[in-house]
Amino acid sequence: MTAHYNFAYLDEQTKRMIRRAILKAIAIPGYQVPFASREMPMPCGWGTGGVQVTASIIGPDDRLKVIDQGADDTTNAVSIRAFFAKVANVATTTHTAEATIIQTRHRIPEEKLTAGQVLVYQVPIPEPLRFLEPRETETRKMHALEEYGLMHVKLYEDIARHGRIATTYAYPVKVEGRYVMDPSPTPKFDNPKMHQSEALQLFGAGREKRIYAVPPYTDVVSLDFEDHPFEVNRFTEPCALCGAEGVYLDEVILDDHGGHMYVCSDTDFCENRRAHGHRGKLAGHPLEAAE
Amino acid sequence: MTDEPLLQVSNLTKFFGPRVGCEDVTFDLWPGEVLAVVGESGSGKTTLLNCVSTRLEASAGEARYRMRDGEMRNLFELSEAERRFLMRTDWGFVHQNPADGLRMTVSAGANVGERMMATGDRHYGRIRSTAIEWLGRVEIAEDRIDDQPRAFSGGMRQRLQIARNLVTHPRLVFMDEPTGGLDVSVQARLLDLLRGLVTDLGLAAIVVTHDLAVARLLSHRMMVMKDGRVIEHGLTDRVLDDPREPYTQLLVSSILQV
Repeated sequence: MTAHYNFAYLDEQTKRMIRRAILKAIAIPGYQVPFASREMPMPCGWGTGGVQVTASIIGPDDRLKVIDQGADDTTNAVSIRAFFAKVANVATTTHTAEATIIQTRHRIPEEKLTAGQVLVYQVPIPEPLRFLEPRETETRKMHALEEYGLMHVKLYEDIARHGRIATTYAYPVKVEGRYVMDPSPTPKFDNPKMHQSEALQLFGAGREKRIYAVPPYTDVVSLDFEDHPFEVNRFTEPCALCGAEGVYLDEVILDDHGGHMYVCSDTDFCENRRAHGHRGKLAGHPLEAAE
Repeated sequence: MTDEPLLQVSNLTKFFGPRVGCEDVTFDLWPGEVLAVVGESGSGKTTLLNCVSTRLEASAGEARYRMRDGEMRNLFELSEAERRFLMRTDWGFVHQNPADGLRMTVSAGANVGERMMATGDRHYGRIRSTAIEWLGRVEIAEDRIDDQPRAFSGGMRQRLQIARNLVTHPRLVFMDEPTGGLDVSVQARLLDLLRGLVTDLGLAAIVVTHDLAVARLLSHRMMVMKDGRVIEHGLTDRVLDDPREPYTQLLVSSILQV
């Protein structure tokens, strides 16, 4: 693939600008750094922030994995992977352990990330206080002065209305004891994985023009009440394909009669388990046996 | 009341461009004292209130406040963080329009609990029981705790706003026409409630009102303002029963007698 584009699509000045924003974000964990977001060859809401961050940090030796809701084979993931294969000519993979950069839309892989890996999140709304306080001038002041009482007002409302904290995704966290951060709309199941992660976590919001970061080995604590502590989502049954428990599952409707199955949201994790012989109740027979 | 004032305002002046908001206002406020500021529309009452409560930046003068540790600090020299902390702990601000002082889209309980959460309370049960207690004190039924203020009447909203402000046991409350826009019977009950709370809690308050009846019922002392200046200042009964300035005489004689 010859280069009709500059390496990784963005021009070098833009990449430098974004790298400066990333460095600042890493220096102040959880702080939203404004940056001059560019038009990308995709609509806002399809990961323009994540793509710009990935484009700024990717090098020829990197191996890129892209997931969309945990899956490697959905439209967004396939397109972005193909995009970087074309404009940066980099190797791509679907295996979590082999990737050096993982761009993600709303999941953290089940397999533990290791030092040297970078997880790039696509973020729609970076401001955790947005729906409680619509004024950006005010929310920035609240971050600056560490006035986070309002965040608990939301959790209070949840408990008052539902008897428990009903927020299941985009669950607010406090980073390194200072900034309250929106972990992007990942399920709260993934929140504990952010805590003391060995991998660098970068967040890009293209439309909102913000970049923020959680450096490796940083405290990430989910907000809660003393008498209503943070809990992760639980599932009543294991994955129907690989039999995994303690992972995040998607519910798939099978027919019009209420039939459904739960499968791993992380397709790579599920495939890997099946390749190692794990079987769920709907896994069917191994192909070798059928042949 | 103690010997030392809670708040000392001296030569407070606010200009809006060439126009005078309020000019050269000096007064002291003691703990537990209620001061009424009266005058017609445009006389600078609200400007004065906003300057003293640091919601507006004064053009000149100073306001010194006795912090909880006993030290007198100039309010205009506090950092923004200190001022905002003061506002949500040691002070209350009751707006004329409750929608300005409440979060209309969160429940009554959360409105009352917000200040507790803002000062670090992280126990749901405790926040909720305190909210229920305060709703009771302002005569809002316990079963309305999960309703949004949007579903409340004007009088209830105003009472909710008062509960929300008082939950952190402030020492000084600013009120801007607290009974404005309410019908007379609701006004009477609200005044009754306010008078009870102010006495029970030993609150100091600055009440801005154009309604002399409100001033008479609530306040110990009053200041009469005209064209941005304080023209008369004294004990409420003295000012209302024996007004000295011609303008005050006019104001007092303008009260409708039913």
